[in-house]
Amino acid sequence: MFDQLSDRLQATLSTVSSRGKLTEDGVDKAMREIRLALLEADVNFKVVKAFTTRVKERCLGADVMGSLNPGQQVVKIVNEELTELMGGAGRDLVFSNRGTTVIMMAGLQGSGKTTACAKLAKLLTKEGKRVAIAACDVYRPAAIQQLETVGKRAGAVVYQQGTDVDPVEIAGWALDKAKDENRDVLIIDTAGRLHIDTELMDELVRIRKVVKPHNVLLVVDAMTGQDAVGVAESFSDSAEFDGVIISKLDGDARGGAALSVKAVTGKPIIFASTGEKLEDFDRFHPDRMSSRILGMGDVLSLIEKAEEQVSEEDAEELQKKMAEETFTLEDFLKQMRQIRKMGPIGNLMGMMPGMGAMKGLKDVDIDDGELDRVEAIILSMTPYERAYPEIIKGSRRRRIAEGSGTKIQAVNNMVKQFGQMRTLMKQMANGKMPDPQQLARMQGGKAAKAPRPKIRRR
Amino acid sequence: MPTTWNDILDFGDRDVSFTPAEPAGDGDSPKKRGAFSRLRESLAKSRRALSEEITSSLFDRIDEETWERLEEALILADAGATTTAQVVERLEHEVDSGAVPPDGVAIKARLVEILAEIASTNRSKIDLSNDPAVLLMTGVNGTGKTTSIGKIAWHLKNEFGLSVLLGAADTYRAAAAEQLTTWAERAGADIIRSNEGADPGSVAFDAVSAAKARGVDVLIIDTAGRLHTQGNLMDELGKVRRVIEKQMPGAPHETLISIDATTGQNGLRQAKAFAEATDVDGVVLTKLDGTAKGGITLAIATELGIPVKLIGVGEKLEDLRPFDPTDFASALLDED
Ligand SMILES: Nc1nc2c(ncn2[C@@H]2O[C@H](COP(=O)(O)OP(=O)(O)OP(=O)(O)O)[C@@H](O)[C@H]2O)c(=O)[nH]1
Ligand SMILES: [Mg+2]
Repeated sequence: MFDQLSDRLQATLSTVSSRGKLTEDGVDKAMREIRLALLEADVNFKVVKAFTTRVKERCLGADVMGSLNPGQQVVKIVNEELTELMGGAGRDLVFSNRGTTVIMMAGLQGSGKTTACAKLAKLLTKEGKRVAIAACDVYRPAAIQQLETVGKRAGAVVYQQGTDVDPVEIAGWALDKAKDENRDVLIIDTAGRLHIDTELMDELVRIRKVVKPHNVLLVVDAMTGQDAVGVAESFSDSAEFDGVIISKLDGDARGGAALSVKAVTGKPIIFASTGEKLEDFDRFHPDRMSSRILGMGDVLSLIEKAEEQVSEEDAEELQKKMAEETFTLEDFLKQMRQIRKMGPIGNLMGMMPGMGAMKGLKDVDIDDGELDRVEAIILSMTPYERAYPEIIKGSRRRRIAEGSGTKIQAVNNMVKQFGQMRTLMKQMANGKMPDPQQLARMQGGKAAKAPRPKIRRR
Repeated sequence: MPTTWNDILDFGDRDVSFTPAEPAGDGDSPKKRGAFSRLRESLAKSRRALSEEITSSLFDRIDEETWERLEEALILADAGATTTAQVVERLEHEVDSGAVPPDGVAIKARLVEILAEIASTNRSKIDLSNDPAVLLMTGVNGTGKTTSIGKIAWHLKNEFGLSVLLGAADTYRAAAAEQLTTWAERAGADIIRSNEGADPGSVAFDAVSAAKARGVDVLIIDTAGRLHTQGNLMDELGKVRRVIEKQMPGAPHETLISIDATTGQNGLRQAKAFAEATDVDGVVLTKLDGTAKGGITLAIATELGIPVKLIGVGEKLEDLRPFDPTDFASALLDED
């Protein structure tokens, strides 16, 4: 339901910038939308609060740039802050100069540690390292057999002493063995445990003290909800993890937990586990994650590209033309071409300053073939016709249709829709929200209406 | 009255009675872990309808802040923005209209009532009336399917005297069948298994045949964990279900999905996809012994009409409880 976050922001904000700045009221409204989107993505409540406070400050100080409408402006700031928060100074795995590098895994039950061990082992063996894995989960039935199978598949050896030996002892023994055998890397698989289980958290501390890992990694399920913060804090205290593996990212969870964990511990997400196969394991990309959490990847890349393509002067002039309803088909053609340079799109209207705010316009499916047709139609017009499309009647229509290889009906529709669009643009540019009925009629459908929960917290 | 086993198990005309049992404390049972005393404590805590602490901090004065705090508590319990907004709005309405007196204790009690009411949506028993009764366990990776099956088997066998057979239709994950075998031994159940990579449908087929031939009371079939977005694996699950149905019309009589209490808003999508693939009858909400509250099951109940039936509160045989809506509702509001 939050896929339309950018639409909402733009609708919320289209009337609330004054003299090139965003008004406080408008920003507050925008923060409401952001907060809901982040909560829906499972970002922890407290993290959301701190985040929106910071974003609000930045928005209030920000100028609304010519090429972006206020909604896009806010989205841009949110995205920058999110990416900053997710990424920041990254840390990769640390390898010891000589001898065996030790990597210890930790996490809740069922978070995906054993699979992550094997995947990491595979990644490292592919880099030419000799990897061993120590089986320190003596609790879950058949955990050792599972590790032996997947470890072998990954090309690693698995050190195990059955389930009757203390995991701390197994870890120490495995380290000696790894050194003896000149292994480059020893990965320690540990049992899943609850962060409030003092006895088992203490076991983790003891393992850590025995093997002195170069890296401790916390495995966090991408589907985790609000609890991620408490979990991460507890594991940070006892396991003192250095980085995070986010697992099951191949599902459709927004993965707000990743943000929560990073925000409260400051520890980077290093790897993403993204599938059933051992190869489905990659270095983590914070920029991709922030758009995933916001659920609006397309919009973000469009904004980036819009900034590259449209100069401020152009944008200002356009704004003026829209307001005065002197926007011509020539301008339209220019805009369209500029936008098409950015690659395939289904969101032509939304890209034009002010237009994205029109709810539902985004849903109008404009494929590239159709754009080709529109372009052909305009190109078959005389400059005069492009400036005054209302004169296009009878014989002109026929000539244009023939010239562009389309039907009279198509020319007709295009001209009619352009007229409607121009009226709407004028309303928008003058700060009025278009009438949804009117929009709906223009699209030949119903205006999309997404109900959303009312939550009051600022 | 807290929910008892008899409240959630439908034995049909089987002649069974409940005798509480303790698992043998020797090497056969899971290793003793530190969780036990804490667990008792946390259960007792969740049973207390209103913790004074919250009541006083939340309801000294009824104002905007009160409602905000309630919203916060529900969001932190993973109830989601939509459910939270609906519930708080409704409560506020009731207070405004005078239906609920504007005092802290009354408001909190009413809130628990509303939440329990939502959690009771479509409440129904686990159907064990057939011979054999066939249960199918599904869910996303690592949510607790296999462990829950072990616990269910133990309860049915040791507290109700039913004979139980397990079917290891997770032929995908390494050592999945070994894991289930260990649980079968602990619970005193038999198991039908095949080798890794075998067709899960054929294991299910064999398990139903064996259950009928041996005349066991209950068959529980384990399946491989899968993400609800993996279309081919979801199709495979639908196929397993159809194989069971063909082998015994009307079966599976109960299809359960395990949902990990730490799951956030994605839990709703999980339940929806599994329900579409296999017609889910109920949720096993696992890992409630942690600090997560499992609030997403409220949305699963309202939007999909699928009720929670069992809860997992630890890793041992006896760490399974009948779901009690009121306990659950008050635990949702408990601050940890
Ligand atoms: N603390 C706690 N841990 C649990 C509970 N239920 C299951 N677990 C643990 O969660 C982990 C995963 O449980 P499994 O039963 O293997 O989960 P599964 O859904 O069968 O997993 P896959 O078959 O791999 O998809 C194990 O370590 C279990 O001991 C519970 O109620 N509380
Ligand atoms: Mg399993």
